[in-house]
Order: sequence, then structure tokens, then C-alpha cells
Amino acid sequence: MPRITVTVDGIKYEEEVEPRLLLVHLLRERLGKTGTPVGCDTSNCGACTVMLDGKSVKSCSVLAVQADGCDVVTIEGLGVDGSMHPMQQAFHEEHALQCGYCTPGMVMAAIDLLRDDPEPSEEAIRQGLEGNLCRCTGYCNIVKAVRRGAQEMGQAVRTS
Amino acid sequence: MTIQQEVGRPRRRKEDTRLLTGRTQWTDNLSRPGMLHVTFLRSPMAHARITRVDVSGARDLPGVVAAFSGQDFAAEQGSLPCAWPVSEDIVIPDHPPMAVSEVRYVGEAVACVIATDRYRAADALEAIDVEYEPLPAVLDMNEALTAGSPKVHEAGNKAFSVKINSGDIEAAFRDAPVVIDRTYRQQRLIPSAMEPRAVLADTDGEAFTIWSSTQIPHVLRVMLAVVTGIPEHKIRVIAPDVGGGFGSKLQVTAEEVLCLLLARRLGKPVKWTESRSEGNLTVHHGRDQIQHIRLAADADGRIRGLQVDLLADMGAYLMLVTPGIPLLGASMFNAIYKMDAYEFGCTGVFTTKMPTDAYRGAGRPEATFGIERVMDELAAELKLDPVEVRRRNWIKHDEFPYTTISGLTYDSGNYEAATDKALALFGYDKLRAEQADRRDRGDPVQLGIGVSTYTEMCGLAPSRMLGESNYGAGGWEHGSVRMLPTGKVEVITGTSPHGQGHVTSWSQIVADALGVPFEDVTVLHGDTAIAHKGMDTYGSRSLVVGGVAVLKACDKVKEKARKLAAHVLECSPDDLEFQAGAFKVRGTDQQKTIQELAYAAFTAHNLPEGVEARLDSDATFDPENYSFPHGTHLCAVEVDTETGMVKIRSYVAVDDVGKVVNPLIVEGQVHGGIAQGIAQALFEEAVYDAEGNLLTTTLADYLLPSAADLPTFSLDRTESPATGNPLGAKGVGEAGTIASTPAVVNAIVDALRPHGIHDVEMPCTPERVWRVLNERALEERAQEGVRR
Repeated sequence: MPRITVTVDGIKYEEEVEPRLLLVHLLRERLGKTGTPVGCDTSNCGACTVMLDGKSVKSCSVLAVQADGCDVVTIEGLGVDGSMHPMQQAFHEEHALQCGYCTPGMVMAAIDLLRDDPEPSEEAIRQGLEGNLCRCTGYCNIVKAVRRGAQEMGQAVRTS
Repeated sequence: MTIQQEVGRPRRRKEDTRLLTGRTQWTDNLSRPGMLHVTFLRSPMAHARITRVDVSGARDLPGVVAAFSGQDFAAEQGSLPCAWPVSEDIVIPDHPPMAVSEVRYVGEAVACVIATDRYRAADALEAIDVEYEPLPAVLDMNEALTAGSPKVHEAGNKAFSVKINSGDIEAAFRDAPVVIDRTYRQQRLIPSAMEPRAVLADTDGEAFTIWSSTQIPHVLRVMLAVVTGIPEHKIRVIAPDVGGGFGSKLQVTAEEVLCLLLARRLGKPVKWTESRSEGNLTVHHGRDQIQHIRLAADADGRIRGLQVDLLADMGAYLMLVTPGIPLLGASMFNAIYKMDAYEFGCTGVFTTKMPTDAYRGAGRPEATFGIERVMDELAAELKLDPVEVRRRNWIKHDEFPYTTISGLTYDSGNYEAATDKALALFGYDKLRAEQADRRDRGDPVQLGIGVSTYTEMCGLAPSRMLGESNYGAGGWEHGSVRMLPTGKVEVITGTSPHGQGHVTSWSQIVADALGVPFEDVTVLHGDTAIAHKGMDTYGSRSLVVGGVAVLKACDKVKEKARKLAAHVLECSPDDLEFQAGAFKVRGTDQQKTIQELAYAAFTAHNLPEGVEARLDSDATFDPENYSFPHGTHLCAVEVDTETGMVKIRSYVAVDDVGKVVNPLIVEGQVHGGIAQGIAQALFEEAVYDAEGNLLTTTLADYLLPSAADLPTFSLDRTESPATGNPLGAKGVGEAGTIASTPAVVNAIVDALRPHGIHDVEMPCTPERVWRVLNERALEERAQEGVRR
């Protein structure tokens, strides 16, 4: 079985994995990273979105072996010193989650969206989150949260 | 010191932190030592006799612990329950959790594998050999009811029929100046909660614990006992974090029963988690009705009578409340309107498809769609504004309480106020002017305006009324409140939230009732060992029934505290007034806070006679009537007549849900509800092919709207407090979904009316809209082809 080395949320793991093992199952079932959920089997819903070397990927459509040597950040590794990332905080403030199942993926996708467009318009946010499905919120508050998160993150960059 | 009132505040949710940081307890996150994984082999045939099942090939594979066929569990698996025998003539067929001799829909479980990990359990399914003898599929409801139709069950394809009459319907239609006669199709939907179902069952050899992604841990516990014969007190059900339900998790599923029985058979913890494509096949579906509606009116638009005849697709079996769903609409077709006569008939039909059951709104969106579409047709027929025709018929605000033609008594409401507010927010006149302009110009992109003035009966439900409709349980709810020694408060609710934010809202209610800080309240739920009594969450019932139960428990706690305070303060209980969390002796500065009294009860050093060493209480609340939220939704769409593309330009909703505990949560519920209703209007449909195969098994085929498909909704509220409960609340969980589907379709039809179009079947995809627009041309072309 292939042996891989992968860093997840700052911790380095060495694992022997079946070649067919999905990254999301490595995270959830081998490393106990259950913060990243699975919502579908066709990569449509985006619930399993994580950062792979700084870019968002749907971890259900990445093999664990493809993550060999990579750095993975999940929703569990976003906060610093026990406080939430500004995007997580923005989701809380704007009531951008209800059941919360899509939320980890939505937050990761939102942060990734801001890499390309730090001050996105409503239209850009809606288009940018097209690959992440939510069944509870109707997306209104998610859009607001991403805007707020973008402002706060911009602020954080400017003041640091 | 004045304490800010908590009820009415847009409190940020207590639930959020763990959900936002991934410290969640979804059922699939849970693991038990030695846990095994279950997979199910599912029927690829819509209808077939099972002639042979051989699981031995699977048993031999590495990692496989066991494999079973339906036959292996035939003696103990029982029959999945239907709790709502709606009529005398109802046929409730046997529904084995794992098929034994016959399969009746694609996806029905026929065998299972239990293995050490989920990959091996999935692999081993391929080594199971099943032989089927195909039987004819039954897919069309009208055909299913014809004499020569193949049968889904021995007893035939009719599950039940119900008829309700009120007033003289013949007189209403006799010589009526206007009769509108329409047939609408409520397409089949897949509820699609984001969390797929999962079940984990464990046993210590005597008792069982089952974790399930369910809305109904309490109902499930009772039903698991009934189905399996395992004594109720040996079953504990836990609904941990549950990722949405929308009615789809208001069910007693084959997988829940089988995981429990597998844990018993193997003496090991077993877990099953569905894939999305497995879920699309086997989570119960929603809607699926053919509605024949006739409405008789006077020349001025006043409704004389309404006749409704439904065919409701049950699918292959009757599940928990399958037959009751269309009947939840029976009293709702007459909606907010006054009329002289009403007739409702419904026939439940078996087909070889996944059973239908509750989906957000459950019977009421279907009814609201039917009447609101027909009201627009009436307006068009009489060349009246659709808002005006509603105005001429609705119950006026000074007529409440009002007993409708179908016999329900609406306690409160103000349809005028909600509508006026919505029209202003929408800019109705300006949009009508733009519409006229585009029509005049022959703009290929036409503007349509749709209105929907809905009400719903919710707050399910008065137990007495449920009894009258032959439902197998009550509709009360339970709550308990206990003051802890340090003055903090633990609340236990029988409701089972899965996204609705009960922990936050209940904390607000308790903070006000007991005068304690919001932060000092915790709310426990969803575990039958902790919340020992409850009727769970569905039907917009949690706040208006469960929240009230919690409030009533607080009242009892206060009464206990009053006795204790009087003893400690050496006064009469009548001399005490409760204010800002403390009992004060009137006219003095002497007082005891509720926290001090909680500690006094804990130490029990100085208790009066007859007062126990605890400051806690519980209560059940059983409403005497349903509650009736209402509202006016307005939708503007742009329809591209060249491509059939529909774009929602603006959407306004003014809802009256009575008193609001947390406006942020209410707003969120409305947002999500509207999105789901729009999804029915524009995007979603569970499609079966001519052989009964579901074609929409994935989220690539079954189109949930994304952020890019929806606009931002403009919301406002009016407030007519409910009179049936002390919170004045009406419920909000389903309102948006009920209102929005007809608002959108009315808008599309409104845009196309100058083209001679008076209906577009849902979902109104670009193809459907284009076909309707080009029907004549298509027909001509087809005839030309024939001539050639």
C-alpha cells in the first residue's frame, strides 16, 4: 500500500493508504477530522471542501495519495488560538447557517473566493459559491456573511 | 436595573460555534469500539418477484463479517409502520424493511453486508447474486386506477379515498357566471437535506442505543419497539447533530429497523451511512399529486364554490404518515377565502416508486399552489387585477375569529395589512407599468408578476383533532426546566431541532420567564434518555407547542420559588412580586433572587413544609387549535420568450407569523423556505423513466438551486398575535415554501398570458417554457411531418 505524508491542520501524518481511498475518508475515518462532512457522491454539493496547498478542493474528488506531500487545512484548522477565523465569525454574525452541514465547505469556499477577488460584489459571491449547496438558508445570509468576512479580512490585512 | 427583554431580540445562535468550527456530532462522525459498517444491496427493478438471493459470495470476502437476505430477517423484521389510517377503506400493505419475496420500487433493500470498513462493505455487494422475475411497473396514477392495470399489491392500486363536503356545491356551480376548471400537476420532489441519513446501533447484550439522523427520536423509539418487539424501555434513541430534515427525517426507516436488528443479531455496533445517490432513491419523496380544481364565481369575482379532486401518489407502500399528507391540504384549498360551498376528494394511489411522505409544508403547499393558481386564472378570466380578485374574497381583518367553509377557525390575521405592505415594498404599480411597456414594445424578454396570499394550518397539532382524523398519536409537547445549584438553568425540550435554533430561542423564552441571563440557560434535546418525553419537530410546531411547554414549565418553577421565597422572607406568597428575576416583598427592599432560591432549594437547610429540595418542573402543552400564519408574497420574473429562460428579478415576502421570539431565526426560516418553494417552481423534479428507474439519482441530475440561481429576497412582517398560545407565536418553518411556489409560477404565466398561455407545468425549466411558447409551431411541424 502506498505510504503518504500529509500535513493536516498543522500536524504531519504518515499513513499507509489504499490507492482508492478518498482524501475526505482519510480525514474523517483515519485522522478523526470529522469536521469535514460528506454531502454527495458526485462532487456537486461542496460540503467536503478543504484547502489543499492553499486552494480549495472538494476532498471527495481527491484521492488521499494525491495529497501526498501536501498541506491540508480543514474547517478545524482555520481558527487561531481558539478564536474563530473572521469568515467563521461573519457566518455567525449574519446567521448564515442553520443545520450547519454545508457550513464547513461554504466557509472554505468563501475564503478561497476572496483570494481572487478580495472585495466581491453580490453577483461575484453568488457565482463564486455556485459549487456549494445549502438547503436551509436560501443563501441570502451567506452572501451577507461573505461580504462581512471579506471586509473584516481586508481590515485584518490592512492593520497587520 | 432594567433587563432587556430577550424575546424579540435578534440573538446570534448558541448552536453556531461547534457547527462553524467542525466540532460536530453528525451520526456518521460517531464511532464505537469494534464498530462494523453496513451496506444494502438494492433492487434494480421497479417491480419483480425475488426468486433467489445468494449472499454466500459476499460472506467469503476479506473483511466481511456477515451478509443477509430479506429471508434471513423475515421472522423478526416486522413491517414498517403507517400511523395514519385516514379512511375506513384504507389498504395498508405489509412493508418488510428488507424485501423477502417481491420488490416494488427501484432502491428497495434486498440484502445487506456487514464488514469491517465501508469500502469492503460496498465491494462485497457485488458478490451477492439475486435473481428476479420481472413484473410490470405501475407508474401512472390514472392508468393504475383502470380495471386492467397491473397491480402493485394484491389488494389493488387504490390505497384509500376520502371525500369532504361543506355547503351546497351543486347550487354553487348551478348557473355560475364563471367556472374555472384546471388540472395541475404537483411534481415529485426529493427533500434533499444536506446531511445524508446515517444510523448507528449498539447493544450491551440487553439494551440498545440507536443514533440516527432523525427529526423524531421519540416517535422512532416507540415505533422501533412496536415493529421489532424489543421492549420500549430497552431502546434509547439519540438524534445527535442532524443536518436538515424538511420532513424527510420524519420517518421510521427500513435502515433504522435493520441496523437495530443487526446489532442484536451480531452483538456488535453497526453503522450505515447512505450515499447521496442511495438517498435520492430511498429517502421518501414529496408532493406528487394531480389536482383537478373547479371554481365557480360570480361575475364580480366573488367565489361561490370550490371543488377539488386529487390523485395522490403514495408510491409502493404507506410509510409513517404517507396517506395523511394530501389530507393535510384538505382544509387548505379554501385558503383565506370566503365561499358558499366546498368539496374535497382525494384518492391515494399505489405505484412502483419510492413512497412519498412529508416534505416541507406537507399537503399545504400543494393546496396553496392549487388555489393560488386558480385565483389568478379567475382574475384573468374577469380581466381583474389578481390582487383585487383576492381582496374581494378574503376574510377581512375585523372578521376574525373566522370559521372557514372547511371548518377550521382562524384565530387572527390581517391579509389587507400584509398585502398593502408587500405591494409597497415590491413597487407593484411601477412594475405593472414596466410590464405594460414591455408588452407594447414586444420586448422578447417579458416581465411577469406573481402574487400568492397564503395561509397555513400549523403548530401541529391539537391532540383532539388528530384523534378525530384517526392519527395514531397526539400533538402535545413536553418541556422541563431545572434550576441548578449555582443558579444556572437546564432546559429539556421534547422538540428535536435540526437547524431551527431551538437552543437559542428557548433560552430567550426562559431568560425572560425566569429573569435570568440568556447565557445562563442551556437546552438539552434529542436523546430519549435525557428528554424522556416528546413529540419531536415537524409541521411548524416546535415553538408554538414545544416553546410554550417550556414557558409553562417556567411558570411552575416560579410558583415553587414563590413558596420558598415567602418562607425565607417570612411573608405571605401573595406579598411577593416577581420582577427581573427576584421575588420582592411589596413595599420593602427585601428580596430573594431566583438564583438564591435555587441554592436554598439545593442546600435544603430551611425548607417550608411540603416543599421538596428541588427547584424544577415540567409541563406539557396541547394546543386547542392550529395556528394560522399568513402572508403575501410577490415575485417578478423576466421570461426570455426566445430561450424560455426564467430569471427572478425581485421577490418580496411579508409574512405574519404572530409574535416573534428571534427575528434573525425567523428571517432565516423564511429565506430558506422561499428558496425551496422556488426550487419546486423552477428546478426540481424526481423523474422516473418508463421502466420505473429513477433518473435523478444524483445532485447532478436533481437540481438543487445554488446561490447563483437565486436572488436576494426582501422581507418584512406584520404581526397579528396568535390567540391560542401565551407566546402569541404562529410558526414559521413551512411558510416560505408554501407561499413561494405559486408566486413564481403565477409570475411566469402572467408574463406569457399575452401569448395565450395559461399554464406552465412545474418545474418551469427553459425547455418547458420554450415548448409551451412554441406548442403551436411544434404541432404544426409535427402535422406537416405526418402529411409528408
